[in-house]
Amino acid sequence: MFNKLKPIWLVAKRELRDQLRDWRVLMPMLILTLCFPFLMNEFAKQTVDFLNQFEANLILDRLVPFSVLIIGFFPITVSLVVALESFVGEKERGTIEPLLSAPFDDWQLYFGKLLVGVMTPLVASYSSILLYLIMVSRQNLTMPSASVMTQLFLLTAAHAFLMVSAAIVISVQSTSVKAANLLASFIVIPVAILMQGEAVMLFWGNERVLWLGIAGVTIIALLLIRVGIAHFEREYLLGREIDTINLKWIAKTFLLNFSGEAKSLWDWYTRVLGGAMRRILPAVFFVTLIAGVSIWASYAWIKDNVSDVIAMATPEDIAELEKSMAEIGELPDLSEIQGHLSAPFLFLNNTRAVALIFLAGMVSFSVLGIMLYMVNIALIGGLYALFELLGINPLPIFLAGVAPHGIFEIPALMIGSAVVLYFGATLVTPQTGKSMGEVILELLADWAKIFIGLVVPLLAIAAVIEAYITPSLLLGVIGR
Amino acid sequence: MIETNDLSKQFHDFMAVDGVNLSVQGGQILALLGQNGAGKTTTVRMLTALLNPSRGWARVAGYDVVKNGHDVRASVGVLTEQHGLYMRMSANEYLDFFGQVYGLDTNERKKRSDNLLEYFGLMEAAKRRVGEYSKGMRQKLALARAMIHQPGVLLLDEPTSAMDPESARLVRDEIARLKSSSRTIVICSHNLTEVEALADKIAIIYRGKILVQGTLDELKKNVLGSPEYVVKFAETENVNFELPTGVELISRTATSLKVRVEAAEESNPKLLNLFASKNIPVVALQEETRTLEQVYLKVMAGAKGYQYVQ
Repeated sequence: MFNKLKPIWLVAKRELRDQLRDWRVLMPMLILTLCFPFLMNEFAKQTVDFLNQFEANLILDRLVPFSVLIIGFFPITVSLVVALESFVGEKERGTIEPLLSAPFDDWQLYFGKLLVGVMTPLVASYSSILLYLIMVSRQNLTMPSASVMTQLFLLTAAHAFLMVSAAIVISVQSTSVKAANLLASFIVIPVAILMQGEAVMLFWGNERVLWLGIAGVTIIALLLIRVGIAHFEREYLLGREIDTINLKWIAKTFLLNFSGEAKSLWDWYTRVLGGAMRRILPAVFFVTLIAGVSIWASYAWIKDNVSDVIAMATPEDIAELEKSMAEIGELPDLSEIQGHLSAPFLFLNNTRAVALIFLAGMVSFSVLGIMLYMVNIALIGGLYALFELLGINPLPIFLAGVAPHGIFEIPALMIGSAVVLYFGATLVTPQTGKSMGEVILELLADWAKIFIGLVVPLLAIAAVIEAYITPSLLLGVIGR
Repeated sequence: MIETNDLSKQFHDFMAVDGVNLSVQGGQILALLGQNGAGKTTTVRMLTALLNPSRGWARVAGYDVVKNGHDVRASVGVLTEQHGLYMRMSANEYLDFFGQVYGLDTNERKKRSDNLLEYFGLMEAAKRRVGEYSKGMRQKLALARAMIHQPGVLLLDEPTSAMDPESARLVRDEIARLKSSSRTIVICSHNLTEVEALADKIAIIYRGKILVQGTLDELKKNVLGSPEYVVKFAETENVNFELPTGVELISRTATSLKVRVEAAEESNPKLLNLFASKNIPVVALQEETRTLEQVYLKVMAGAKGYQYVQ
């Protein structure tokens, strides 16, 4: 095992030595490490003086953790510079070929670059944080708890891994350092948004949520590492040298995969779409499993938590609820609902939901997309439990109000989500002989095939039933 | 040893290497000749297990380049078109790094590194940053890197380019020494004089295909025809004579004769006997010098479809 890991350290050590001799890396790192704690300390002092006037103690308590988060982040930005040129920089300098000709395995080279990309900025980051904490300890400021400090140190490391792993993916896939630097905005902007979210979590003070945030960032970083290794091809690093966007090739590859050179619509449906469906079959199985778990979990959660709330309701609470209901006025007449929920409206709404799941999944290796799917599908279990708690038999309502259009809508949602799962899973799986661009184009073509050929027609049928048949059936069951 | 069969590489719709068959034994040097972009570098990259063949197979040092890429890379030393040196490292550090890459222990690394630096005359500059080196010094250091692990197979792209004559001679001598120690060597070069001096086998590649390959003598014979000899007479001769079989007349003047000979060892004595029998005094029988350059230019002319003019 040690022999397998030794080359990683060898690659990292050489690069580290190179970095420490490069003033372009060293100077920003030293400035960010040494100057920011002082600046932040000065900022904290001013803020404390200002907030003391208003006795805003809660904000004061969160000020140091927030400062630590910011101070830790700045030196990490240097990691981008190092990681972005890790492979493409070597290619431009002509040093990549001897390195690729050496007896390294792909993952050894990859982790060597990853290690050095993370190591130096992280050391600088932690040094900066420690310097700041020393300054804080000598002033009248509340030190963060050990638990929060652990979270902050882990979060800083997770940021470093996230940014470096994304930058290395870009570095492997780029044709020049210039192109890699331009693509860096795809890292900087999401991470900046992420930092804002984490800052909100810190000020909110919910440690459990922050742990979830750390876990989320770590999972995305791990997936990015997996994607990077899966699509690491010596051939592509050596082969591509031109930076132009080949729109013709993109369009040709997509259309070829989308049409599958079908001779007729029937041929397209049976052979091309059928082939895509066969590919996503394991994913369909998984989303069905996820649906079962989500429905059961939401049912159980509502049963456990909402029944307690209902049981705890005092006569005063019920009186207040009744008063609120009276203020709302008459409930809408269900018989008029057909006018409000038109088929095109329902169709567009559901299509948008499936498209949103795809978009969210595309930028997060399926994770966000599948989470959205889980929320959608879990509603069934939750509603079922809620009806039971209210003493209403949910079965006839579901049979009349959900089943008729649900027979089409739920499979459409499940298939639409299965493609998203397939998309993410394929992206993190090695595809020999294909560039990452080719893989993405093929996946997009698969999604388009299934979305246009199956999901959209199913949602259209569901929308017509939901608009014109479901309300009548529902009225038949529950009356006006 | 190196063996390839139908080795081919296609990039999208461009066929970079098309059906290359090579066989180079230990102790042999093969020179790959061809224009820039002919497919030499792509062939070498496939032999280094950097590119996967689109068709065919290759075995290098006994390993399949697709199935045993790691072993292939461990067994070959490569001098790439670009030197691939780290400019902020010293020569000592650079060779030490690659020594570690190839799993050499500290003492062995130091010993081999010192020997190579000494041989190539880089010892005095060994602690200087590579960025301060001249082009020739960089070339020598890159060559030293390719040799640090004493590989069984060496793939050298333009090994003496940018070198002064003295250094180029050093490198040629080292390549010859490596050959005599049973190494398999492939050289890509535009320096035909160097190739003539070093190579046992020569292959000319054009648009990914090997047009001709063989020893220098075989190429000369196959491409330029049988050897040509000039006979110089002592005085003006107008005597008529019939040339022996296997000797073809190319041109004749009053004082000389130019002939093409199938088998010199058989025909030349007959030729001399003929002149002796006719009392024609001969002062010289000399083979016409034919170079690899002539072979190369004729092959390329044929490939491009124009007439080769000597």
